[in-house]
This record gives sequence, C-alpha cells and structure tokens, in this order.
Amino acid sequence: MKRTIGYGLFVAVAVLTLAFLLLPIVGIFVHTSPGKVLGQLSNPVVKDAFVVSLKTSLIAQALIILFGTPTAYLLATRSFPGHSFAITLVELPLVLPPAVAGVGLLAALGSQGLLGSSLSALGVTLPFTQTAVTVAVAYVASPLYIRQAIASFEATDPHLTAASRTLGAGPVRTFFRVVLPLARGGLIAGLALSFARGLGEFGATIMFAGSLRGVTQTLPLAIYAEFDINFDTTLAMGGVLVLISALLLLTLRIGLSWQRSPSSRSPSLFGLSSSA
Amino acid sequence: MATLTLEQVTVPLRTFELRLSLGVDSTVALVGPSGAGKSTVLNAIAGLVKPSDGAIRCNDETWFDAGRGVFAPPEKRRVGLVFQDYALFPHLTVRQNVEYARRHAADDYLDRFQIRHLEDERPGSLSGGERQRVALARALARDPEILLLDEPLAALDAHTKADVRAELQELLGGLEIPTLLVTHDFEDAAALAGRVGVVVEGRLRQEGTPAELVAQPADPFVASFTGANLLHGRTDGPDGSTTSVHLDDGTVVTTTDGGYGAITLAVYPWDVTVSTHRPDDSATNVVEGTITAITELGNRARVTIGPVSAEITVDSLHRLGLEPGRRAFASFKATGTRIVASRPTTNGGEE
Repeated sequence: MKRTIGYGLFVAVAVLTLAFLLLPIVGIFVHTSPGKVLGQLSNPVVKDAFVVSLKTSLIAQALIILFGTPTAYLLATRSFPGHSFAITLVELPLVLPPAVAGVGLLAALGSQGLLGSSLSALGVTLPFTQTAVTVAVAYVASPLYIRQAIASFEATDPHLTAASRTLGAGPVRTFFRVVLPLARGGLIAGLALSFARGLGEFGATIMFAGSLRGVTQTLPLAIYAEFDINFDTTLAMGGVLVLISALLLLTLRIGLSWQRSPSSRSPSLFGLSSSA
Repeated sequence: MATLTLEQVTVPLRTFELRLSLGVDSTVALVGPSGAGKSTVLNAIAGLVKPSDGAIRCNDETWFDAGRGVFAPPEKRRVGLVFQDYALFPHLTVRQNVEYARRHAADDYLDRFQIRHLEDERPGSLSGGERQRVALARALARDPEILLLDEPLAALDAHTKADVRAELQELLGGLEIPTLLVTHDFEDAAALAGRVGVVVEGRLRQEGTPAELVAQPADPFVASFTGANLLHGRTDGPDGSTTSVHLDDGTVVTTTDGGYGAITLAVYPWDVTVSTHRPDDSATNVVEGTITAITELGNRARVTIGPVSAEITVDSLHRLGLEPGRRAFASFKATGTRIVASRPTTNGGEE
C-alpha cells in the first residue's frame, strides 16, 4: 500500500516536470498557427533576422568543425603537460555568462581592446559587424561540439588505429578512414547541440555585435526587438526556432544512436552507411 | 625465408623493463604469464611502441636502431599484425577490411581463407573463428615480411578453440614467411610453433624446441610453465574404449581420448613414473629407453627417457640410482593422457 503511494508520487512529479517543460512550446503554438508562422516569414524583419541567423550560424559551425575537430582529436589521444588546463579552457565558454563572454570579446577584439590596434592596422573592424556575430556564436557554441568530439574520439578503440597503421595507412589516412567514420555519430550529435546553442545565442551577440537589422540582428535579437512592437511576429519567430530546434534534437538522437551501436551491423539509418 | 632480428630491444614497462634479443626465421612462439611483456615485443616490432634502446632489423632493412636514431613508422614496416581482439574495422565489410591494406587484391585472400561467402558481412555478425580468418587474410593481404600473432586463441571459447587451433596450425605450416606469435598457453605454443621462448618479466628465460623445454627446463618457473610432454604420433581412431597411438619413434601408447589421423598427446611429467624394471601395475603405457637427460630443480628432477620426461623427487632419483645412459622405464596411465591437437590427414601424409 505504502509502496503504491510512493510510486504514485514519483509519477505525479514526473508528469508535472514534463508538463512544465512542454508548457512554453504549447503556449507559442496556441497563440500562433502554422499559417500565421508562414505568413510572418514574408515580414521583412523576420526575413532579415532569419538570413542573418542562418548565415552566421553556418559560418560559425563550419569554423567550429574546422578548428574544433583537430583540437578535440589531439586532446582525446595525446597526453601532454597542461592537458587538463586545455580541457578547462575548452569548457570555459560553457560556464561563462554569455554577456560576460560578449564584454570579453569586446575588450579583446574591440578598437580599444587587446588586439584592437593590430586588427585596425590590418584594416579590420570587428565589433558591430556580421563577422562579430559569427565570432560570438563560435565562441559560445564551440564547447558543445568539442566536448562531444573529445568523448567520441576517446571511445574509438586504439587497436583499430594501430591496425590501420600496420596495414600501411599513415596517420592522416587512418584519421579519415577509421577514426572519423567511427566517431561520426558522436560528431553529428555534438554539432546538433552546438548549432542549437549558437542559434539561440543572445547575450554575447548583443554585447559584441549589437542588434542592427539586416546586419547583426539574429532571430533571438529580433524576437526581443519586436516584443514591444508586434507580439504576433515575435511568436512566429519563436515558432520557427522551435521547429528548427526540434529538427536539431532529432539529429542529435540519430547521431547518438549511431555512436552507441558501433555500426557493426547492417546499413545505418537512411542508408547513409559508408561506402568507401 | 626472411629473417627478423631483435638486438637487445629495451622497452621500459610499469614495474620492470623488457629487454630481449631474438631471431625469427620460422615459426617462433613467445610464451609467458600475462603481463610478462610479450605483446610489447610485437608492438615494438610493428612500430607501435618505440623502444628506448636496441635495434630491430628485418632482412636488410633497419626498422629501429637506437644508436643511429632510426625509427620507421608502422606504415613503413611490412608487418602483418593480428591483434588479440582481431581489431577488424567494424564500419567496413569483410571485403573492405581485407582490401584496406591493398586494393584489388582481396579475391585471392577471400578464397584462400574461405571467407568469400562472408565478403559483404560486417565483423559484428561473424563468429570468433571467422573473425580470425578475416584478420589473418587482412594481415597477409599487406604482403608482410613477417607475421605477428598476439594471443591468437585467447579470444575464443574453449569449444571452438581446438578447431581454430588445428586450422591455424595447418595455415602456419603453409605460410612462407616467418611468424612470431605470443601466447600464455604452452600447449598452444608447442602446437603452433617449432621453437618456443619463455618470457618472464621482460626477459627471455629459455628458448628451444618444445621437447627441449619440457626435458631440460632452465629453472623451476620454466618447468612449471612448460607443463606437459607433447608426444606426436598417428592413430587410426578409437578401438573400443581406448585409442592406440603410434608415436613417431615407434612406441605405441594408449589414450582414453578419441582422435584420428596425426595427433599430439599431452602427458604431464608429474604423472609419469620412473622405474628400473618393467613395472607391473595399472599403468597401460610403458616407454623403455635410456635416460638422455636429468635436470635437477631444487627438490625435484626431470628425467628424460626417449620422448617422455618425468618429474620425480631428488630423493627418488638417488634411491633408484638413476643417471644418464642407464636403461629405465617411464610409465603413465591411459587416463593421464590428453589429445591436444588432432589433424585428420589422408594418405598424403604430412604437409
């Protein structure tokens, strides 16, 4: 009898928690309909913000992959003095309040900042440009990709890389033909998380890049700007972001399921298995 | 045949230092307890571990020479390394695994190792024996100058082990490249290799043929480790409840195990009794011959009569007045014998 009551309590708490998490999403879609969302997409403010968000996110994620992947591989496979310091550094943006990150970027890369004079000597002005948005997004989102990438590379069996080397493949070929395909699922999951985090970036962006429509105003910044002017537009943009987030969450799940079953079985989802 | 030589190859390990010299020009097995540094030897040869001192040469190539600062990376050494867990690439098919080393060469190896029908399978769906065949095919597709096998039978359950061992035995016999294998099981080593080296805590304690190691172990550790006498012979199969085996030297012994063809019989030295007169007791097997060797190990002594070594107490040795050259009888029970390798051969004889 007592056990049933205890169990019921757990279920009630869990249901309450889940309902709480779902509530804002329901709120958005109760206020706005898919038709309204599509209608608002032609609103120039929404269109501009969408383009800025998409462009800066794609460039930022490309940079994160390009710089984050080799860094993660090094951190996962080599030990060297200062290794744990390097790991801490990778995780730093995760715990840093985004507004602080924005101020920091301004203090480092602004015209009065640490590297400001060298940058302006090269004719580069970063703050309040679209490049600044990309930099802010890359800074804040990178740990989510790099941490997951480190975990995925660490999970790769060192015997497999050793086997590849003894079979005549150099380190680079080994990386692309063995390590990368095996870590693929985890890397995709990390990228999905990083993308979601970058898309929602607000604090660092507004501090470092401002909120100029069509230049630096991303979807979250536009939501804030439109909040007092047109609540429907705000909700429509909210709806767009919810849909994108749902898509990213799905990507994350698929990525993680790849990682878990080490693709030893039949072709993977969507038939995207490696056909080298 | 190619030759691999290790000269004072030194690798510092956690609690001791590996240091050994070795020449490999046929099939050689390194045996020893786990953690003795055996796998490190293979990794050093393959270039996966860089020794702190010594030299490794294969034919006229120098793969490693600490004195001259030479260290060839793994991909520059023509080595076929078969890992204990086989290390097959899980994301590639059997064919892609074999082709990894050399493109367009897989067909030969798929046929030779009878894995053609598995070519589109992924390693995850293969049995232990099949995985080993794929791993061997992949290693040999590299066209190596030396084959290295790390605990080739350890990943298999007892049930399939005997089959795979017989298969491996046949395969190694047909290879034309030198092979170095490591195992913790002396019987496996003796079944697969012509020469065996015992490695303990990074040092090569003794090297010789399996029979030499059983007959004249250098120290008590080698004695306890080498364990059984291995008697090679042929049989036409069980006759009633027992099987008669014609040993290579003409002696006929009886075993309670079943087998057919060319077989190897294991008898533990401590199960063998030595007497100066033909014994009249329940032991079915009696080998008569002259004592060829006596090795004392503390309070125990190994006495070799023909193909059989017996382990008796030093007291008994003196009581019976045994000495080399004297005629003696070694007897052991049919129930004390085990068939450890069986290879059905037809009239073609040994391959």
